[in-house]
Amino acid sequence: MRKLALSDEILLSIEKPARYIGGEINMVKKNPSEVDIRFCMCFPDVYEIGMSHLGIQILYDMFNLRDDIYCERVYSPWVDLDAIMREQNIPLFALESQDPVKSFDFLGITLQYEMCYTNILQILDLSGIPLKAVERTLEDPFVIGGGPCSYNPEPIADFFDLFYIGEGETVYDDLMDAYKVWKKNKTTRQDFLKMAAQIPGIYVPQFYQAEYNEDGTLAKFYPTVPEAPETVIKQVEKDMSDTFYPEKPLVPYIKVTQDRVVLEIQRGCIRGCRFCQAGMLYRPIRPRNLEFLKQRAKVMLESTGHDEISLSSLSSSDYKELPELVYWLIDEFHDKGVNISLPSLRIDAFALDVMSKVQDIRKSSLTFAPEAGSQRMRNVINKGLTEEVILKGAKDAFVGGWNRVKLYFMLGLPGETYDDIEQIAVLSDKIAREYYTLPKEERNGKVNIVTSTSIFVPKPFTPFQWSPMVSKEEAQEKRYFLLDKVKSQLNAKSIKYNCHDADVSELEGIFARGDRRLCDVILQAYQSGCIYDSWSEYFHYDKWVQAFKDHNLDMDFYIKRERSEDEKFPWDFIDIGVSKDFLLREYHQAKNETVTPNCRAKCAGCGAAKFGCGVCVEERSI
Amino acid sequence: MKARLKFSKTGSMRFIGHLDVMRYFQKAFRRANIAVSYSQGYSPHQLMSFASPLGIGLSSDAEYLDIVLDDTENTENFLPRINAVMNEEITVTDFSVLTEEAKPSMAVLAGCDYLIALKPDKESFLTDAKERSQLLERFQARDTVEILKKTKRSEKLTDIRENIYCITDECRTFETFTGRNYQKLALDTTEYTPLLYCQLTAGSIVNIKPELVLEALCQQEGKEYNPFAYQIHRLEMYADANAKKGEIHTLHSEIPCKLVSLAEYERKNG
Repeated sequence: MRKLALSDEILLSIEKPARYIGGEINMVKKNPSEVDIRFCMCFPDVYEIGMSHLGIQILYDMFNLRDDIYCERVYSPWVDLDAIMREQNIPLFALESQDPVKSFDFLGITLQYEMCYTNILQILDLSGIPLKAVERTLEDPFVIGGGPCSYNPEPIADFFDLFYIGEGETVYDDLMDAYKVWKKNKTTRQDFLKMAAQIPGIYVPQFYQAEYNEDGTLAKFYPTVPEAPETVIKQVEKDMSDTFYPEKPLVPYIKVTQDRVVLEIQRGCIRGCRFCQAGMLYRPIRPRNLEFLKQRAKVMLESTGHDEISLSSLSSSDYKELPELVYWLIDEFHDKGVNISLPSLRIDAFALDVMSKVQDIRKSSLTFAPEAGSQRMRNVINKGLTEEVILKGAKDAFVGGWNRVKLYFMLGLPGETYDDIEQIAVLSDKIAREYYTLPKEERNGKVNIVTSTSIFVPKPFTPFQWSPMVSKEEAQEKRYFLLDKVKSQLNAKSIKYNCHDADVSELEGIFARGDRRLCDVILQAYQSGCIYDSWSEYFHYDKWVQAFKDHNLDMDFYIKRERSEDEKFPWDFIDIGVSKDFLLREYHQAKNETVTPNCRAKCAGCGAAKFGCGVCVEERSI
Repeated sequence: MKARLKFSKTGSMRFIGHLDVMRYFQKAFRRANIAVSYSQGYSPHQLMSFASPLGIGLSSDAEYLDIVLDDTENTENFLPRINAVMNEEITVTDFSVLTEEAKPSMAVLAGCDYLIALKPDKESFLTDAKERSQLLERFQARDTVEILKKTKRSEKLTDIRENIYCITDECRTFETFTGRNYQKLALDTTEYTPLLYCQLTAGSIVNIKPELVLEALCQQEGKEYNPFAYQIHRLEMYADANAKKGEIHTLHSEIPCKLVSLAEYERKNG
């Protein structure tokens, strides 16, 4: 029988005990005493969310292919278990062996969103690992961060020994090999960190010093040891069809957010939407080849028994062989009760045909993400979707029998006017009107439109990294304004308006472009009881305000001002390929309301070509 | 074709709830490439049903799952095929093809055997063999065993005496009574100390949980019931061969129930 870290009493008194027992189908079993390195991979959120993350599945598989490494997993204990663990001094444990995380060589934490930062401290705290990297001893694991938020790691720099800047498939082997060398003598932590700092893509924050100007902006940022490079270069997997990708993903017992096979068809995006961080971080676009995808799809469906496969990418429609792949999936698996889901698909004739084959038209909805209501604003953000295309897509779908539409917009985009906002309501209404142009007998009941807005958060490494973010008050005002406009539309009764919480967005904005001084703010907020900040029921805005006040830091400094074009940013030491010059050019283009063509139409010279892969080396048909 | 699986569930799988076990089996059948029939419609699902959900924390040697298989399905080597894709703590121990008229196990369930064991490092007034046999004697001599049955709407005093067909602390006695062999269990009896065996009425109309019997015993002896001290382990589930039309008989009713294990009930193959 597998031993469990938690007693029956505890497991029977908490919500969903299956979150903590491991033993899932395809879980890797190794004898911990027969490996050189024990790596604990962490997603700092609740199990159901963490288990839905593809990145961890890729790295879990990759590490475990090595006989000398045993990679295990840990997720954030939910608040019920958190309280019990603190009360009874139970150390946080990994799911596979149920051994304490503290006994591992590495704790790898994926950083998918800013609002998980206090959960990182929860993980460290419950594990009994000192929260600040410089306070750790040889008894503690090395804590390494990776994922999208590691592209501005500064607000959490104190808590990590290392950050891995780039895609996990590339230099982890080098890091692990260096560790094995160091482990033989286990001298000082600094010795290993110095070895690590010399591996491309590895950032060791304690080897860097930040100095600030009087106005609070960054004056200098420099390495303090010769081993640490001035610039850390993002690591890129160049061949997406000859790399790690799991054949036997983990299958959880309880229902998780992404309860299906996930097939990443390509990485990166050609679109260049100016608000989108992923679109810049993962340049250049690199499709996987069709044979690779077919093989993995088949093997993964067989090894998991999942009844759904989802194609994942930032913009599936830009995958050239998409129809071939999708029709193959339908032919091969639809008869066997396998559902095929295609998020981020542009609504066109192909999409409608596929959707009609794999979904129940009465139950499914069409999704459009115009992101902005007016064409002017869509030009500002470089979202190449026109009203004409949206209305045509909607019309075709209505003719095909659909009557539900979901629309996604952002509020608070740079340079947004109230007229731009009103256009969100107008566009929603136009789609409803389009429905009622159908003769009554062809309609399928009433049309149902859900319009959602989120607050735009400027992110590092985007053309809007210089932009101010709307304040909470403005955001609120804009929401009420839009609500009012929606209500005054002809088809107001068919349109439902949803909006995202502004308090959380504000903090997300602060962390996204924050600096090292925020580490102490996050630490204090955590110590005063903040965890699970992304869950509104556990979000304590007042505690955050207090923490900023106690550290004499101004929230507005991080979000409200437009940054000057020559300002030094905390994340400038990272080179993602896409240059700051290009981003600035794009910022100007945005102000001029000028669209930049996508990578396949015309190279914009962003800088990612230096990686020598993907679309940058593709043959152009023109 | 209708078929029935018997499986055990132990260890960490005790913490997987009923609906998740259902999802687990759906995926296991796909992994094993076993052609379970699907319902019609746009969101087809596998045709399957459980005899009786097992509460979280309980373990079992005898859970039953009914499925409908495509007629093309070859049922040879069914057990090794399905067990090859299962985890170690859920094991299919029997497979039977049912007669075409067979009713769902859920509808025919009439009785269950349970083992009540002591969890490691726990204490109970039932541990001492001598005391135990004395209090069992007192229990068996009772004319009524009244317990407070809680439903969503009300609390009701119910007499469950006639629903307790057998209660003993001796495995041999229980084996003789039930005609079954309980020497080899999925539950590790070196870790979990067997205390009591009982056979109780089960089914959709009257269902007596072993916890209730344990509570009644505690009440009788003036002891506090500690639910965390005991591991309840299901040993078998039965249909009533005398209740062809779904009527309810207990062991002592005019027509007594004639319990046949669900694995043998309406079974077609050998």
